[in-house]
Amino acid sequence: MLKPGKKRRKSFQGHYHLMLLPGVILLVIFSVIPMFGLLMAFQDYKISKGIFGSPWVGMENFTYFFELSDSKVIIYNTLFLAISKVIANLIVPLVFAVLLNEVRQRAFKRTVQTIVYLPHFLSWVILAGIFSDLLLTDGMVNRILGSFGVEPIQFMGDNRYFPYILIGSDVWKEFGFNTIIYLAALAGIDPSLYEAASIDGANWRKRTRLITLPLLRATIILLATLAIGNILNAGFDQIFNMYSPVVYESSDVIDTYVYRAGILDGQYGFATAIGLMKSVIAFILIILSYRLAYKYANYRIF
Amino acid sequence: MVRSQTASAKIWYAALIFVMLFIALSSIAPIIHTVAVSFSNKAYAAAGSVMFWPKGFNLFAYKQIMADSKFSHSFMVSLERVLLGGAINFLMTTLMAYPLSRSSEQFTGRNAYMWFLVFTMLFSGGIIPLYILVKSLGLFDSIWALVLPSAVPIFNVILLMNFFRSIPKELNEAGSMDGAGPWYMLFQVYIPLSMPSIATVTLFSIVGHWNSFFDGMIFMRSVEHYPLQTYIQQLVVQMSISTMSSDPNKYELMRQLSNQTLNAAKIVVAVIPVLVVYPFLQKYFIQGILLGSVKE
Repeated sequence: MLKPGKKRRKSFQGHYHLMLLPGVILLVIFSVIPMFGLLMAFQDYKISKGIFGSPWVGMENFTYFFELSDSKVIIYNTLFLAISKVIANLIVPLVFAVLLNEVRQRAFKRTVQTIVYLPHFLSWVILAGIFSDLLLTDGMVNRILGSFGVEPIQFMGDNRYFPYILIGSDVWKEFGFNTIIYLAALAGIDPSLYEAASIDGANWRKRTRLITLPLLRATIILLATLAIGNILNAGFDQIFNMYSPVVYESSDVIDTYVYRAGILDGQYGFATAIGLMKSVIAFILIILSYRLAYKYANYRIF
Repeated sequence: MVRSQTASAKIWYAALIFVMLFIALSSIAPIIHTVAVSFSNKAYAAAGSVMFWPKGFNLFAYKQIMADSKFSHSFMVSLERVLLGGAINFLMTTLMAYPLSRSSEQFTGRNAYMWFLVFTMLFSGGIIPLYILVKSLGLFDSIWALVLPSAVPIFNVILLMNFFRSIPKELNEAGSMDGAGPWYMLFQVYIPLSMPSIATVTLFSIVGHWNSFFDGMIFMRSVEHYPLQTYIQQLVVQMSISTMSSDPNKYELMRQLSNQTLNAAKIVVAVIPVLVVYPFLQKYFIQGILLGSVKE
């Protein structure tokens, strides 16, 4: 009786392969073939000659990047913006979730929640349009500041302020969405712990410090380790839509630089080399972060 | 939860509610402001005196949009992209998630496919090789250039796969006892049982398609093929950057010369579809994300 069953299982396998086939074909075309395109990083790539005809230049594209005076600035900006965003995007939602969790009116709580994660679903194109209007020298923000006697500030065109505009607007867009995971973790905390603590006379600050935060630790570690993998993505969509030549000095990151050097200036080999460097480092960081997440938070993606 | 109702606790709670209210309002204030500008008189908007309520209410900007054939054209491109791309994403996600949710005994190739998927998700050739590929495939100016490179949303596949795995195995066994093949199981049992999760990931990819501008910008040569976000990007964002010198004052000047009420109206129209799907999205997505991602 076992044999027919086995046979059927075998024939199932064919169906499974068939189900995966269209997706795999598309991935081979649009993900795997471009990986071979990375060979351009070692070439002086000419469109007319293609990958097979362009001259090989070894590591020249890579060394050229490090000789550029811009490279230090770009690497610094990438790391500064990305790390600041990672930290802010961990802390702000945590504080917000802990506070929101204290609200007793469920309808109010849900309404606040629904409103704060709306910006997550709007594109940076839209938000850049909105922010640049708000942050004009005679825009709404400056008018409000002006009523307190503050001189108008050129937020979008001043290297002193612009990086913080980027960080702040990113946190503004994402904190509501990032709160979801913390709130789920908070919902999992046994209420009797709080009751016992209250009976023992612990006030809100003590309960937060001694119960809430320790129990959220695993979630915080998980989110922090997963964030490591994205450290080289300082947020292309956002920066690309908000920056301008005036503030390149403080906001040009690897991705925006690759776009300008590659697509706009046509230096395909050079831009691919920088992109390759970024992909390799990012890949190592992601593997590392998933290992850490598995080790410290017992998290696996599959 | 036991709470002492002392006066200080009451004050603290009132402050908490106030802070939450303030945060919620600041999350939508910029959007409300933009809506207000879009309905305002151009002169008031340029002077920056519009806050959260239109000044000199008129529909002029919206009438201009209606008359602008480029805008409606790009709106249609976006709509086509969302429908086509969303359908392809849905098909790929469900078709791939089901076999991958089988154990490696049931499906011996599973782990090899899994590694392939994860590798392609984490490592990419970057934009330049993709740009050259799309160009050599002759896809420039075609809707397929916007839809095919992102046809397989691998992260969504993994989310849905994890969800499928949480469905009791006995169900699958009972099904195959009754002679149901994999296709029947997927379409008649697994998909109907997983609607919240599938709705979530599909709506995510729909919003993703609606919001993306970059592929439209590099793969579309002529403006009439631009999706809406690319069109708005070129108009609202790019215009001020490309015409601007490194002089910050000129930058300000360009910004002010641009038609704020019209730009605001374009932004509002581009946001409306997201606001329409948002209630549906929001109904499912917390449940969907958490079910898919949390595993014991």
